[in-house]
Amino acid sequence: MSSAPAQTAPAKKARRRLRVGGKGEARFAFMLLLPAALVVFGVVLYPVARTFVVSLFNVDSPLPGSYPFVGISNYTRVFHDPSFYAVVGHTFYFTLVSTGAELVLGIAVALLLNAPLRARWFWRSLVVLPWALPTIVNGALWRWIYNGQYGALNGLLAVLHVSSTPQQWLGSPFLALNMVIVADVWKNTSIVVFFILAGLQTISPDLYEAARIDGAGAWAAFRKLTLPLLAPSIAVVLVLRTIEAFKVFDIIYVMTGGGPASGTQTVAFYTYLQAFSNQLFGYGAALAYLIVLSVFALAMVYLRILRQGQMAGVQ
Amino acid sequence: MTHSRHYLVAIHVAAVVMAVVILLPFAWLIISSVSPATDLVSSHIHWWPAHPTLSRYQAIFTSSVGGGDNVAANFRLAMVNSLIVAGATTAISVVVGALGGYAFARLRFRLRRTSLFAFLAVYMLPPIALVIPLYLALANLHLLDTKTGLVLTYCSIVTPFCLWTMSNYYLSLPPDLEDAARVDGCTRLGALMRVVLPLARPGLLTTAMFGFLLAWDEFLYALIFTSTSNAKTIPVAIAEFTGKYSSDFGLIAAGGVLAAVPPVLLALAFQRFIVGGLTSGAVKG
Amino acid sequence: MEPNAATQPSDRVGPTPTRRAVLATGGGLGMAMFLAACGVGGGGSAGGGAGSGKGSIRVLVMKQAGYSEDDIRKMTSSFQGANPDITVTLDLVAYEALHDKTVAAAPAGTYDVVLIDVIWPAEFGTKRIVADVSSKWPASWKQQMLGGAVATPQYASHFYGVPWILDTKYLFFNTAHLAKAKVDPAQMDTWDGVLSAARTLKASGVTKYPLVWSWQQAEALICDYATLLGAFGGKFLDAAGKPAFNQGGGVQALEFMHQSIVDGVSNPTSTQSLEEDVRRVFSAGQASMALNWTYMYGMANDPKQSQVSGHVEIGQTPSGPGGRPGVNGSMALAVSANSQKQAAAWKYVTYLTSQPVQDKYAVSSLPVWKSSYEDPAVIKTNPAVVAQAKKQLADLILRPQVKNYNAISQVLQTEIQNALLGKKAAQQALNDAADRASTLLVS
Repeated sequence: MSSAPAQTAPAKKARRRLRVGGKGEARFAFMLLLPAALVVFGVVLYPVARTFVVSLFNVDSPLPGSYPFVGISNYTRVFHDPSFYAVVGHTFYFTLVSTGAELVLGIAVALLLNAPLRARWFWRSLVVLPWALPTIVNGALWRWIYNGQYGALNGLLAVLHVSSTPQQWLGSPFLALNMVIVADVWKNTSIVVFFILAGLQTISPDLYEAARIDGAGAWAAFRKLTLPLLAPSIAVVLVLRTIEAFKVFDIIYVMTGGGPASGTQTVAFYTYLQAFSNQLFGYGAALAYLIVLSVFALAMVYLRILRQGQMAGVQ
Repeated sequence: MTHSRHYLVAIHVAAVVMAVVILLPFAWLIISSVSPATDLVSSHIHWWPAHPTLSRYQAIFTSSVGGGDNVAANFRLAMVNSLIVAGATTAISVVVGALGGYAFARLRFRLRRTSLFAFLAVYMLPPIALVIPLYLALANLHLLDTKTGLVLTYCSIVTPFCLWTMSNYYLSLPPDLEDAARVDGCTRLGALMRVVLPLARPGLLTTAMFGFLLAWDEFLYALIFTSTSNAKTIPVAIAEFTGKYSSDFGLIAAGGVLAAVPPVLLALAFQRFIVGGLTSGAVKG
Repeated sequence: MEPNAATQPSDRVGPTPTRRAVLATGGGLGMAMFLAACGVGGGGSAGGGAGSGKGSIRVLVMKQAGYSEDDIRKMTSSFQGANPDITVTLDLVAYEALHDKTVAAAPAGTYDVVLIDVIWPAEFGTKRIVADVSSKWPASWKQQMLGGAVATPQYASHFYGVPWILDTKYLFFNTAHLAKAKVDPAQMDTWDGVLSAARTLKASGVTKYPLVWSWQQAEALICDYATLLGAFGGKFLDAAGKPAFNQGGGVQALEFMHQSIVDGVSNPTSTQSLEEDVRRVFSAGQASMALNWTYMYGMANDPKQSQVSGHVEIGQTPSGPGGRPGVNGSMALAVSANSQKQAAAWKYVTYLTSQPVQDKYAVSSLPVWKSSYEDPAVIKTNPAVVAQAKKQLADLILRPQVKNYNAISQVLQTEIQNALLGKKAAQQALNDAADRASTLLVS
């Protein structure tokens, strides 16, 4: 809203009067939020609280019993866990690269879909397709495509005479991580496109017209006009995709199971291994809350950088 | 606004490139679903099978349910379950989120920041953290292996997401119209219902689309909380196509193609509204 | 920035949540949490009961493996026919979900009978997820069942279930390929023979990569490693329970695996392949030899899904300097420790694992009873497999039966993959694994 043009004085005063929070406002807010609170915390409050409590104990079984209290040592345990640093590295790499790629491609495609194409409905419908495919199927599909023995990617490269020796796309840790990112970006760019597209709709073409008259080129118009006005949508997309990237589990479970050589283990998958496969529930719970803290911190960073502090009540 | 020929050609070329990138993997999915199992594993790629077969689709649509290793028939039921669960979750979450989001966007009240953080924290938690206590809670409520149990669980994930995206969408709308309505004597609630929500339709629909996807796609909770076709959803049914001892990618592909149809139809139906025209006076500038 | 108008005095009355109220609720919640913490864990009730031997029980078993879903349902209905006051509800899930569902359901006591893998009795037993049934085990079973079967549900000399699905990996080879390359099938008897056969096959151009394995980072990798470790005379743990796989046979096994990739006789996709991928590659005629579970025999010989049907032979695991044990990949039926109907559950378990029932469905999964292998009716169901199974199932190697086996397996999987991918030397990788495993074993 920082780009809203100047308003007349009476309008400003009227707004301030309306803005003053009063008894009524707080009560209205309470009423509006009550359904949400019921729906979200009704079922989940107890599990959330219990998991937090579990994170303070050395719990190694799902059954009730008395377990030693260890305070925050489950949280500090990550620093002594040799596998954890690699896992964090993979997570940050995955998050930054996939979110960045989705954002860049998403904006590009959204601009494209906003342009005067013929049969726009057709191009827009296409963009929906990857989003509609369940992640489980998407993971299986790409695993199949990447297969070193009979995968379509190797086949395609052979047909195009780019390379006739089959590559092991999921065969080495770093390459596998990147290929998982490709699969993830292919599917999730769609939703970014739609968010940005919705944001583009709120920008009046008159502004572009004015810019053109002022002699601004396409790139300048994009940088100085579109991007700043898109900043709210971009911020929302960044935060949401970052949250999802930190939580990413399904696609790794299906495509690589965390391998090769644990190269695609990200933090949510690692939490699953600790909490479920190894039944270290206290440690797993601590990892989960560490994820929440990290995502929070990242989100605050984004919002400050994009000067969208108004969101998330930061200001 | 007239555009140069160059520009028009360029954007159409770009559109075609985009279409190819999107459609190629999808095409492979469809091809695999009609290729016989032996074709799928042969040493040269069969870009189109010599003997395409619709047997997998047939199995899914016509085989009888109940007993037997009938994963295909159970898939039909899973599709219905997924539609119901995702639909109900989206409906509830969008309504609740649209209301609550307004509070965060426009109203000032104590604990505004704290409550927003609390909602978001629930959304940020990886599902694995809550599986066991949630399982126990659902067991005590006799909601295990029911669609209701899944809907309740998914709402707790999708609602915070809806709250936050709607709240941000409201922030992007200029407050002039609501203020005008209030100055004209409308109550806050009335302003919300009659002025803001209609304006927010694109945001509502985008939120609904993404919310639907979250519920449609969810795997871990569905896997642990469901056991029979009473409540099994598509991701679980598809995961059962591959066992330690048998897996046919063609069947997964067929399941995937069918599973993609409802969301695509929904998105097609609503895309007009998301990117449909601008309501006068509601835009920036 | 707008002034925060919410600090007006008029706010402190009325239904809006006041600061005091919030603090009070917070404090109350905190107290509740503290109290809950005294009995922290998953919640729910602990401890089960025998029950009256009647009632309804819920069973968790695996889909699409060993016995088919049809088989299990038939077994269950004939059990219900013989025991009219017990009703059984079956939940069939994929193998991957079996462990997770058992753990999640444990505090809620949803299941009375669960199917457990051979690597889980230590974990589930120590965490009181499955019941100790040692007192119910008749001594006669220990003689009447195959040795590998008896070892399956055991941990620290206690029994936590009854073996039901017996399985191990065999060597499968393509007789047509061998004939074409003029390799004598008798070579398949030793690992040296297999290796030299592979080199001949590759040199003669019959197959590009004669060997294919399931070496993806998953438990399947440890199964293959265990087979080779046994063949080279290695051990997972020494007598004192400390890691010993980084000495002797354990290292030789890993070096064998790595060398076979370097020499080009093992398919490089092996490091991303699971058992199903091995079956597919073999069935497409793109591999000449492979290790896999019993099930592959039927499918590779089925003309509807295999291009090599009729040319597939099954053989015992090849022998190495240390012997030729097969990896124990069996599963057992266990009674939930939290079940309130353990008597009824035990009846069900003993029925399903009894010799008559197992013999009847022997075509799907071989029986655990020694004498069944002399029974002509059983032999007839699958003569080639039974002949090999008789020999192999008497000599099985177990993966370490320790309570945190999963964590150790993960460490081993990572390090073995490091070696296979050439990132570390075999000895170095195993040393690193042994270091991590030592810490895990004492924790």
